[in-house]
Amino acid sequence: MGFTNVESQVELIKEISGSDPYKCMKCGKCTASCPSYDEMDIKPHQFASYIIRGDIDELLESKAAFKCLACFACIERCPRDVQPGRLVDAARQLQERQRGGDYMQPEEVPELLAEDLPQQLLVSAFRRYRR
Amino acid sequence: MQKIGVFVCHCGTNIAATVDVKKVVELVRYEPGVVYADDYMYMCSEAGQEKIIEAIKEYGLTGLVICSCSPRMHEKTFRACAEKAGLNPYMVEVANIREQCSWIHKDKEEATKKAVILARAAIAKVNLNTPLKEGESPVTKRALVIGGGIAGIQTALDIADAGYEVDIVEKEPSIGGRMSQFDKTFPTLDCASCILTPKMVEVNQHPNITLYTYSEVEKVSGYVGNFEVDIRKKARSVDADKCTGCGECSAKCPLGKIGNIPSEFDRGLRNRPAIYMPFAQAVPAVPVIDRENCTYFKTGKCGVCAKICPSKAVDYEQQDEIVTVKYGAIVVATGFDIINLDKFGEYAYNESPDVITSIELERLMNAAGPTGGHLERMSDHKQPKDIVFIQCVGSRCDSEEKGKPYCSKVCCMYTAKHAMLIKDHWPDTNITVFYIDVRTPGKNFDEFYRRAVEQYHVNYIKGQVGKVMPQPDGSLLVQAADLLDGKQIRMKADMVVLAAAIEPNPDVRKIATMLTASIDNNNFLTEAHAKLRPVESPTAGIFLSGMAQGPKDIPETVSQAGAAAVKVIGLLAKDHLKTNPCTAQCDTLLCNGCSTCANVCPYGAITYDDVQVMDHGLRETRRVAQVNLALCQGCGACTSACPSGAMDLQGFSNRQITTEVDAICR
Repeated sequence: MGFTNVESQVELIKEISGSDPYKCMKCGKCTASCPSYDEMDIKPHQFASYIIRGDIDELLESKAAFKCLACFACIERCPRDVQPGRLVDAARQLQERQRGGDYMQPEEVPELLAEDLPQQLLVSAFRRYRR
Repeated sequence: MQKIGVFVCHCGTNIAATVDVKKVVELVRYEPGVVYADDYMYMCSEAGQEKIIEAIKEYGLTGLVICSCSPRMHEKTFRACAEKAGLNPYMVEVANIREQCSWIHKDKEEATKKAVILARAAIAKVNLNTPLKEGESPVTKRALVIGGGIAGIQTALDIADAGYEVDIVEKEPSIGGRMSQFDKTFPTLDCASCILTPKMVEVNQHPNITLYTYSEVEKVSGYVGNFEVDIRKKARSVDADKCTGCGECSAKCPLGKIGNIPSEFDRGLRNRPAIYMPFAQAVPAVPVIDRENCTYFKTGKCGVCAKICPSKAVDYEQQDEIVTVKYGAIVVATGFDIINLDKFGEYAYNESPDVITSIELERLMNAAGPTGGHLERMSDHKQPKDIVFIQCVGSRCDSEEKGKPYCSKVCCMYTAKHAMLIKDHWPDTNITVFYIDVRTPGKNFDEFYRRAVEQYHVNYIKGQVGKVMPQPDGSLLVQAADLLDGKQIRMKADMVVLAAAIEPNPDVRKIATMLTASIDNNNFLTEAHAKLRPVESPTAGIFLSGMAQGPKDIPETVSQAGAAAVKVIGLLAKDHLKTNPCTAQCDTLLCNGCSTCANVCPYGAITYDDVQVMDHGLRETRRVAQVNLALCQGCGACTSACPSGAMDLQGFSNRQITTEVDAICR
């Protein structure tokens, strides 16, 4: 992998997701809620610890980010407001950027946004239509 | 001109590590009025105090500035020290260079600068200090306990046994509180009623205790030693003097069968009549009529209870009554409830009658409960074979919208208790407990939990439940995580029990406001000091007992109740209390009678009087403010609100405060 600066990658994930992995208390409610559990190589509750440990390479190789249905159950039910789904999505975005697969220039996106549209919904839509 | 001594404390390294103490001494030595300045390792120690006393005598000091910890910590100590040397205690000022300086700063140079500024402000103030004398106020030797659960009962009994009169105000028709709803108690598994009812009876028969049940505190005025409280005795519609507690009225009330009035005591698991006692061992054994549901009160027809009552005790005309009583001390023991579970749709509590809370399970296991102690599902009255317990429902949550940030403390233990009790009665039941952490600090607590695992084979799984799905066949499908085995589990259950977070009784907010007792973000009452004054409110004369102060189990509640009683007894044993001399004064020549001060005064200490004044030779009648010094607590609200500068606070005069500000800005 081309990344050497683990710290900056971790910061990037935190920035993209807007969530704080240190809040996680390992209750597993996300993993208990996840409909794609069987297909995920890194389980939802593990994302926080991967980020805390700085295991960025594993996250970037993980298929889990693409198995997430973006159903938001983990985000809704997380008692600590870690919002694991956002961490999963941030890992996916990192992988996409790594691949240089941004089909759209970032500055074009804001014009397309409706104000009340959740950002993640947009992202998951992109993901689907690109297949 | 004052002769001021400045004493700078190191507090070991607490202050000295961040503040250059020697430098502070050198820089304040030449402040106006300062004739002596020194530092010492521990100013509050005996040697430190000796140093202060010697300096007072040797240099004839008339004022002291102690640069140390917060005045909340040691102001009393240093005032007493000054008094020992013959100095008026109110000539002492404390500059807080620990909590407000060394502890919160890292940079030594900056912190030292700030310490000097804080010292200068205090010196400037002492220059204007005048000796003040404490007054005396009498103590009413009677205590009020708000709440008649185990906390209130124990506090009241302890105070009453010491020979003081106590009143208990309980808003429900009976005392007993939450504990009376429980089946057994951990870790010894005594039956809750067996240990509680004797205490309830003792309260009822104690010559020093007066019970106000079905009553609420309506208004509180006064101050420590001299509270005046209005208690609303809600109309019971039953004459307590005539009633024999035979229960005929409840048995014959037509609404008992057809009324659909959920019993509060049984958490809605069965219905009750409109005239009712919450439970058989209620104290007092006098029913009340729930006027909102009673047919007679709604339509004027029925009247069965009045007709059937052998002692003619039913009285539909009874009115609410307000009694006013004086107290020296007030104990808040308002207890707890569990949170509303509407936010936790994933657990299907509102969807399935077989998803219940732990407190409902207590009722279902209780021999006096709606099923006579036979555990059954509320949907089909069958005995559950597979039971799932879910821990931490709404506890340990990050944000207010999710739940409560604290650990409810009692759930781990009562869940182990429930599991064992069920296995004791019905050994072939399969019990699974989903937990995040099992927390069992307490005497014989971990042993208790291990017994559930080792002897009763209760299946403990680390991981939270994601969702509970009611199935067409009437069972519940539970989807959960097993974090230690790295699995997602789907299992069928006949019953799911939720360990819902506890929260303070919602009424506590209203009561705390009346008492001006502070509460925290979670509505728990705040202690005067978390470690050293845990059963006192920062508001003098108000004491804390039980869950109202924070989550705790029965043994802890009883200990705390006793501790609160001791503090109350200590107060009531005094004939007089010293009053704070830092009270407000009105300069009648400046007062224009605008009422601003009276409107902001939280203690109702300000009244108005017409006085005759000579204004440039003209005799005039003016309306001016007067402060009742017995009521004034010296909060200073009036002095800052007064538009004409007529209100001034002794010991914190407007001039002293502006001088302090000047010294800081110099």
